[in-house]
Amino acid sequence: MTGPAPRVVLVDDHGLFRSGVRAELGRQVDVVGEAEDVQPAIELITELLPDVVLLDVHLPGGGGQAVIQAIKTDHPQVRFLALSASDAPEDVIAVIRAGARGYVTKTISTAELADAVRRVAAGDAVFSHRLAGFVLDAFAASPPPGDLKPEFDPEFEQLTSREREVLRLIAQGYTYKEIARELYISAKTVESHVSSVLRKLQLSTRHQLTRWAAERRLT
Amino acid sequence: MEHPAPWHRGPSWLRNRDGHGGPLRRDPADRLGGGVAAGVATWRGFNVTTIRIAFVLATLISTGYFVPAYVVAWLLIPAAGEDASIASKARSDTSGIRLAVGLASLLVFVLVVAGALNDGWFSGWAWPQVVSLAGLVLIWRNSSPQEQATLRHLVEPLGAAAGAGARDEGQNRRRRSILRLAVAGVLVIGGAGWLFSARESLDLLQPLGGVVLVIAGIVLLLGPWWLRIARDLVLERQARVRAEERADIAAQVHDSVLQTLALIQRRADDPQKVIQLARLQERELRSWLFEGRAPNETDDLTVGAGVRQIQQDVESRYGVPVEAVTVGECELDDNLTALLAAAREATVNAAKWSGASVISLFAEVEPTEVSLVVRDRGTGFDPAAVPADRKGLAESVHGRMTRRGGTVTVTSAPGEGTKVSLKMPRAAAQPHPVSRAR
Repeated sequence: MTGPAPRVVLVDDHGLFRSGVRAELGRQVDVVGEAEDVQPAIELITELLPDVVLLDVHLPGGGGQAVIQAIKTDHPQVRFLALSASDAPEDVIAVIRAGARGYVTKTISTAELADAVRRVAAGDAVFSHRLAGFVLDAFAASPPPGDLKPEFDPEFEQLTSREREVLRLIAQGYTYKEIARELYISAKTVESHVSSVLRKLQLSTRHQLTRWAAERRLT
Repeated sequence: MEHPAPWHRGPSWLRNRDGHGGPLRRDPADRLGGGVAAGVATWRGFNVTTIRIAFVLATLISTGYFVPAYVVAWLLIPAAGEDASIASKARSDTSGIRLAVGLASLLVFVLVVAGALNDGWFSGWAWPQVVSLAGLVLIWRNSSPQEQATLRHLVEPLGAAAGAGARDEGQNRRRRSILRLAVAGVLVIGGAGWLFSARESLDLLQPLGGVVLVIAGIVLLLGPWWLRIARDLVLERQARVRAEERADIAAQVHDSVLQTLALIQRRADDPQKVIQLARLQERELRSWLFEGRAPNETDDLTVGAGVRQIQQDVESRYGVPVEAVTVGECELDDNLTALLAAAREATVNAAKWSGASVISLFAEVEPTEVSLVVRDRGTGFDPAAVPADRKGLAESVHGRMTRRGGTVTVTSAPGEGTKVSLKMPRAAAQPHPVSRAR
């Protein structure tokens, strides 16, 4: 590990989960605070200004994206990593579009979680296999013309074939290092593909991205 | 390490770009002659009967020249599931080639003599058959046993006319068939005589009577033989269907019973676990035997639901977490059910043997196909060193996929984990590669 351990705030409504994560991550990152709902979390984060906020997608007082929206305009340097047990795609996509730098499931191993926190702290994007699947799904069909807002920018509406390949491998459980080896590119390039996907995900004007999630629920 | 389906070899000019994805292959499962029509039908997605009618029309229009073309196609196009065409085998069969040339030249001689005596309609049709005859001789000598049986049917009436066909039949039968042949001969000759003598006559009824007599003679001569061919074809098809069912049952038993027995042996020191496994297996077997439900049959009708089902079952039975991701969604058809069964088998294999702490299952539904990747970071193996009698991957995964036109790619090396990539065309996107007899 290089540099000081990232300062982390945990936001989760399950006390048991918070203490578990804190005990496991304690040695690898610096957990500076905990909050269990939207309003206390906003106050705590504004006060502590941590490097990374580990944010549960589901919070009683409005969901994880409310926290991000309240913080990001004033303190863009605070980075968010979304964490969830439920994996409902519409919630995950909403949190990412609100500005989270990544999404991991609660079943993730401690070592991987610590690594994800460090990478988010360094400004990288962290995609779990499940998020990669959601994103592939959301960008799968080309949008019908009427589905785009007037400020349609084609750059953000499609994934390149390379980005798709990277996401497929992430969805298959490959690490960035393994992807780099598999595709004969550098780990840095993999990282930049993932960041570019994250940007597209946040800037895309496709209605589909949010509507798709609702449709999936019906099927 | 690549495991391409067996029919992905062969002359490249026979490969097709728009049809069912595979190259053109004769279809021995649905043949009347060489299976060329059935092969073309499944290749291009037509009805077999349409193709057959087209072939007959082509024969009539080309005054017989289509027949040798058919025979040449029979020679050059490999049968489905085989690598080599008959022609490639025949190339090394020198005595067969000599026989073919000999018979063909004999026919040429006969035709020359016939042409000198009576130049007409008959020899126009017979000339192209010189090539057909030579081709059929080569096929006869070099094709698989089933195809030889078909050819025996084709030449049987000639043998019967010579009295040889009745050899292995009873005395009584033999006398009857001789009688039948005699009556038929009289009818044909009489009818033909009538026909020819009536040529100059202006009476229209007379040649008609001759035609009726000739047809009656031909029916009497060849009718029983046609019936037998039809019956044999039906029997042959039934036998094939039975063989396929047996293969399916074997795969099924392997997936459930043998897997459970292997588990029981590994857990022999834990009586509670053994009882639990035995109960589970008993339930499965009962529901399969008495309720007709395959042990792995999925209740839900979509790919995503099927993948979730595999995830749940493998996690609960083997205690290995499965991380499943499905991109896109579609309803299951027969092909995709087979794909899921193969994926289940690959996942179970990974859970049992790889020793990996987690297994990834990734399914992606695309417009024309569904791909599924089962990956683990376990011990891996050398695919080339797997003994042939280890049925798991070979029959359950490979067989299931290739029987329905899918492909399997296994990438593995000792110490580097295993990745099984399965691809299956969607039935809605294109016709079933093999149309079975109903």
